Amino acid sequence: MRFGVLQFPGSCDEVDALHAARRVGDAELLWHGERDLKGVDAIVVPGGFSYGDYLRAGAIARFSPVMESVIAFAEDGGLVLGICNGFQVLCEAHLLPGALLPNTNLRFTFRQVDLEVVQKDTAFTGACEGELLSIPAKHSWGRYYADEPTLAAMSDNGQVVLRYAPGHNFNGSSDDIAGVRNEQGNVFGLMPHPEHAVDELTGSTDGLCIFASMRLAAEGARA
Amino acid sequence: MPEAATLPTVEDAVALGLTRAEYDLICEKQGGPPNQVELAMYSLLWSEHCAYKHSKKLLRTLPTEGPSVVMGPGENAGAVDIGGGLVCAFKVESHNHPSAVEPFQGAATGVGGILRDIFAIGARPIAVLDSLRFGETTSQRSRYLLDRAVAGIGHYGNSIGVPTIGGEVYFEGPYEQNCLVNAMALGIARREDLVTSAAVGVGNVVLLFGASTGRDGIGGASVLASAELGEDDDKRPTVQVGDPFEEKKLMECSLELLQRALLVSLQDLGAAGLTSSASEMASKGKVGIDIDVAQVPLREADMEPFEIMVSESQERMLCVVEPTDVDAVLELCEKWEVSGAPIGTVTDTGQMRVFKEGALLGSMPVRALVDDCPLYDLQPGKPTGTTYPAPQALLPPQINPRRDGSGEETVAQSANELLLALLCSANVASRRPLFEQYDAIVQSRTIRRPEQADAAVLAVQPLDGGEHEAVPAIAVSIDCNGRRVAADPYTGTVAAVLECASNLACVGAEPLGTTNNLNFANPEKPHIAWQLTESVRGLGDACRALAAPIVGGNVSLYNEGATAGPIYPTPVIGMVGALPDARRAAPLGFVREGDTIALVGPFAPSLDASELAKLWGHELPDGLPAVDIAAVASAQAAVRAAVRSGAVASAHDVAEGGLAVALAECCLAGGVGARVALEDDALERLFGECSGGFVVSGEERALMDMSEQTTVRILGAVEGRSLRINGQIDLSLEELAEAHSALAELFA
Repeated sequence: MRFGVLQFPGSCDEVDALHAARRVGDAELLWHGERDLKGVDAIVVPGGFSYGDYLRAGAIARFSPVMESVIAFAEDGGLVLGICNGFQVLCEAHLLPGALLPNTNLRFTFRQVDLEVVQKDTAFTGACEGELLSIPAKHSWGRYYADEPTLAAMSDNGQVVLRYAPGHNFNGSSDDIAGVRNEQGNVFGLMPHPEHAVDELTGSTDGLCIFASMRLAAEGARA
Repeated sequence: MPEAATLPTVEDAVALGLTRAEYDLICEKQGGPPNQVELAMYSLLWSEHCAYKHSKKLLRTLPTEGPSVVMGPGENAGAVDIGGGLVCAFKVESHNHPSAVEPFQGAATGVGGILRDIFAIGARPIAVLDSLRFGETTSQRSRYLLDRAVAGIGHYGNSIGVPTIGGEVYFEGPYEQNCLVNAMALGIARREDLVTSAAVGVGNVVLLFGASTGRDGIGGASVLASAELGEDDDKRPTVQVGDPFEEKKLMECSLELLQRALLVSLQDLGAAGLTSSASEMASKGKVGIDIDVAQVPLREADMEPFEIMVSESQERMLCVVEPTDVDAVLELCEKWEVSGAPIGTVTDTGQMRVFKEGALLGSMPVRALVDDCPLYDLQPGKPTGTTYPAPQALLPPQINPRRDGSGEETVAQSANELLLALLCSANVASRRPLFEQYDAIVQSRTIRRPEQADAAVLAVQPLDGGEHEAVPAIAVSIDCNGRRVAADPYTGTVAAVLECASNLACVGAEPLGTTNNLNFANPEKPHIAWQLTESVRGLGDACRALAAPIVGGNVSLYNEGATAGPIYPTPVIGMVGALPDARRAAPLGFVREGDTIALVGPFAPSLDASELAKLWGHELPDGLPAVDIAAVASAQAAVRAAVRSGAVASAHDVAEGGLAVALAECCLAGGVGARVALEDDALERLFGECSGGFVVSGEERALMDMSEQTTVRILGAVEGRSLRINGQIDLSLEELAEAHSALAELFA
């Protein structure tokens, strides 16, 4: 199992994602200017401020050469995980529904949050045990928004994978939504950072199951 | 050369901040009056900021050597050996004046500047800390400055992917007109990868890379622009604007250039821009440098040569490259989308020469520019009267005894109210509303986050989930209680150094080195000169006693307004230490019900210059009780050893608000109560302050083991859901937490 972690100018958490993915498989960085995904089994679009995010978070990164290949990879059923800025990029690329707006407090906020696993049989949560995941979140544009019909459709299709537990939705996301997948179930984005919850020493190991789930799913697809 | 008629006059030199005597000395060094370009460059390099002319002699008294020191003062940052072939680079710097004008950009570019200092020596930045001072939170201006400075620090640090892992903030009247924004950064490098800024190799190419050069931050030199152009409305904004994305690319590009061994030397552009960095590089390498301003990429095509030389545009680096490597360097710049341009050459002339398309515009001996600025002796004099007005009393009469001591018994009955008043006071309340605006975890090294332990703890190597015998880490703390320094510059500064070392001891770390930022008012006034002299004496004594040499620092003087008076003397101390195994770094909060609580160390508290005395409106005392540095160091050693052995559950140093506040903080951080008995009901025992007190919890036997090295007094036990002290204090965790969260409303 090999993960490819994208690296844009302005990415900040790509090395963290690389190390997290290496706990469950192999992983390498993929440069934004290259179209070659080097045959990886899954893509991680990491956190940070791609291209400075001066226009709108993720709005420029979606047009990068590597993203052309990622979009084709996703349309072909490949597993794609977007974390924080990566989630924003996937929404901008229309691989995921909805959009991320500025937090209601209009401030960058860093907080350890509890997440309810709403969908347990997905390619991104299949290995998660327990009802709650304790994972840090840190962002200023993390308020998930989609219009009512979209939210209803997402709910019907089981696309809401993670919700903030009561009292943990600090950014004002619609329906406490923290993580969503596409209809096909192979693309997933979330604002909290599972790659920062992979070691007891840094606070929690609850994020590791996201990467382990992807490995399970990729190997299942191959078998 | 310009004709004599256009030469600036001595009056221009004075307007640029030079004295008449300094101007005469420049004429002597130049063999005649300097022209516009030369005067602009001299005025900056001979400024207090660059030449340290009022502090250099004092700074020479500080200890700068030790077994851990790899790079001492004089380079872009200091560095200490942290084992395994690695070094930790660190430095603190001020950005006080820009932050007072435009707090968001001032604070943001302060972070950007200190990060460049770290990667300029070849280290990858791994952490930022900040040290902030504002007027009282009742002041609308102070709340505005706080809000925007915190946002600026977050904007830069968060966007560039370096965690902001700690800091401190105090609110005091004397900072109302002169806020302080100091930023500290740390980096890690392999020892052999460190690079210096010395320009060497005659014929080598001087290459500028990063952002293009604009008219921002031209500062005092705009006087020349006005004089030249004859109009006053053309002065450019002097506060620089930061671009963390540009710096992120610049950082990655610089580190990759160094990794590929393409650079001979590297230097960042900070205060005084190209003038300062090129001259410093030439001075260190004992060479000359020729610069062609026509080769500098500009934002505005019509910039004057002197403007190009003094511009403080952010996110730029200067490097020396062998001619055969220039293409490879430019190729890598292109990869990171950073613009690079060869702008000069290393020469053997010993002269700093400025050209434009072949025409010589200025020529100055490097030695004269960098080393020959006159240094001044301070004229210290201890003030006979009070320097600072008494703070406004904030507590009502029923919990505020009269100055003659009468009423103190009644007040002693109100210890509950006093503790709550202290917990919600701006200098003691939880800093969570501030540090929640910073990313503290990016880079996956942060083992102790803010408010989890007394010092931030960072893993040296990336964590990989494997089985390890130990997880080596570094710990860092930044501190200074300016009010105590104002009451007693020597003892207050000793206390600030000891406080940092105590914070490190609580996580099991031993000091390796120290950085400092001396923030003072006008040193030409005898009482300020006295503060500075006494403070540096205390700094030296404490660092020598702790074997924590000074490896770098910064000085910010003239922090006073015409009407506002001087700031509290604020020698901000940053200290870095190492601990063998981060898994044993003690938290500050109590851990288990049933654990015994001890007060460890030579703790002899006094209410002099304490937080409670401030809330009461007491004026500053003349002097503080003396500190026994050796006794405090023994207590630190005992706590450090106990934490490292894993024998104790928690450790927290007693600071502002005294023992009662420290106990409350241990309860809040651990989410569990405590019952404590003290020898008597004296308020100074509850709320008095001094160096050398630790609240440590664990098994009684492990606590008593420390008594071989220091004083250990058993106070009580971790239990229940409230803090109870004697019969005086009984407050639930909820009541404590509500008071402690008082700063939240400043950011609502």
